[in-house]
Amino acid sequence: MSKFGLVTKGLVKDNPTFVLLLGMCPTLATTTSAMNGLSMGLATLFVLVLSNMAISALAPAVPDKVHIPVYIVVIATFVTVLQFLMQAFVPDIYATLGLFIPLIVVNCIVLGRAEAFANKNSVFDSALDGLGVGLGFTCSLTVLGAVREILGSLSVFGWKIPGTGDGMLAFVMAPGAFLCLGYLMVLFNKFLAKK
Amino acid sequence: MAAKSNLKNMVLCLFGTCLFCSAILGGVYALTKEPIDQTNAKILQDAIGQVLLRNADNSGIKEGTEILTDVQTVVVADKTYEYFTQVADGQPVAYAIKSTVTGFGGPLTLMVGISVDRKLILNTSVLSHSETPGLGAKCTSDEKFMSQWKGLDLSKTKLEVQKPNKDGIDAITASTITSKAYTLAVSNALAAFDQINNVEQEVENE
Amino acid sequence: MEILLIIISAIFVNNIVLAQFLGICPYLGVSNKLSTASGMAAAVAFVITLATLVTYLLNQYLLVPNQLEFLQTIAFILVIAALVQMVEIVLKKISPVLYQALGIFLPLITTNCAVLGVAITVTKEVTFGGVTKMLGLGEALIYAFATSLGYGLAMILFAGLREHLALNDVPKAFKGIPIALITVGILAMAFMGFAGIA
Repeated sequence: MSKFGLVTKGLVKDNPTFVLLLGMCPTLATTTSAMNGLSMGLATLFVLVLSNMAISALAPAVPDKVHIPVYIVVIATFVTVLQFLMQAFVPDIYATLGLFIPLIVVNCIVLGRAEAFANKNSVFDSALDGLGVGLGFTCSLTVLGAVREILGSLSVFGWKIPGTGDGMLAFVMAPGAFLCLGYLMVLFNKFLAKK
Repeated sequence: MAAKSNLKNMVLCLFGTCLFCSAILGGVYALTKEPIDQTNAKILQDAIGQVLLRNADNSGIKEGTEILTDVQTVVVADKTYEYFTQVADGQPVAYAIKSTVTGFGGPLTLMVGISVDRKLILNTSVLSHSETPGLGAKCTSDEKFMSQWKGLDLSKTKLEVQKPNKDGIDAITASTITSKAYTLAVSNALAAFDQINNVEQEVENE
Repeated sequence: MEILLIIISAIFVNNIVLAQFLGICPYLGVSNKLSTASGMAAAVAFVITLATLVTYLLNQYLLVPNQLEFLQTIAFILVIAALVQMVEIVLKKISPVLYQALGIFLPLITTNCAVLGVAITVTKEVTFGGVTKMLGLGEALIYAFATSLGYGLAMILFAGLREHLALNDVPKAFKGIPIALITVGILAMAFMGFAGIA
């Protein structure tokens, strides 16, 4: 596969949210607005790229039977580094995303890419793979966040659509997350079936 | 390809990874500790500056006054309140009191500025909250709700959530619980203010 | 009274799946059949309660006194992973019947964010019924167990719905996960009604 293909395949064909159905918890929980979705996506991207690189470099030295614990420790390390950086430089976003930053550790996307790709490919390719999947995840979260924000509070990236009142609040709350994701998946399926 | 899965390799590998990762984390922790503390201190300082007496053109805290850097504490009904004092010529002119209550989704922490004559709530600022996005979280963005706390005259307005256009506080639409919690936090800050005054009078009397 | 509030809040008001969005992957994955759903629910209840006990003690007596809270994430996930492995081995030895029932679900639980989520939550202040406080060990365990009961409730309700759904003629684009998500959305709406209790 070409280097370019590695980056773009996560966007549509192997989209982690709509096709592979991975990482559902942060997808549903943090997409109350486009900005929150984008932040969560970028946070995951950061961990994905770094953990993919580290694991691809470590893989030859790791005995098979203990590879999962080793990967989890590596991933947890990068997640904690991310926690420190976010607390220091973007405390608002850290406070909003809350519990879901440490929970990147158990996001199946990260461990999944380590298992499926990083442990048998070069460091550079693994970084690209992490970047691609991370971008796909970021896009899905931003789209879902944007849709919920438009329906729920009639604004886009915090910019209120002029001349509008309150939105349908249910879309910002828990049920809206499930409904929106469900309907977006239907659209995605339709779109893929046509192609 | 992968190293052999014998006991020695496995133990060495796991132990090595853990040691290495803990070392990295310890290092990064030491490096980021200072920026994190600075960021937190800045958030607190900004909130304090927002709620105390400011210049007419809003360019900072009122000229000729300064904020004492030391945190002081006062206890009311078993709850400890932290507060900061703004002084002019050594006399207190206003207090910024940190007040925490339980909102709809979790703790709601405010900084409340009160003038020393107990006539005005100068302003309020939300330090942290976990209210529902789009509903209670509007207490940090809803202009109408926030503006009524600015220079609130305690002799004219009751600290009670009421129907619009009465002499109380207007709630955020569909977020009565958050609005009530917010109002309670301000009332608690006032109680803390009274306690501060009591303590100071006692000191003077002695 | 407070205990009752914790239980009701954890099961209904702040339902772990429908309000907090934790443990969604296994929730969607194994809720096809009522029998597997109840198996998974039991395994989760077991592991969440046990993991909370261990991580709570670890946090209280090892991390906090040594100012190592910053290692929380990494320490908790390691403990949970090790714990799940041990439970599997012990269960295999002492109770083959229980192992048969829960065994296949156990490896899946390590990466169930509900376990890590609850373990981290109880180290901070928890809000229930208008009160916010740090939980003691006993309360934390009750909270953890009640949360997993809520998980089981949501799981079993959903599995029942899905069994019926499977018999219906669903449009092609909706088949599988999309219709399941929409169903959960409606279920979540019903659970929102419990918010009034708190």
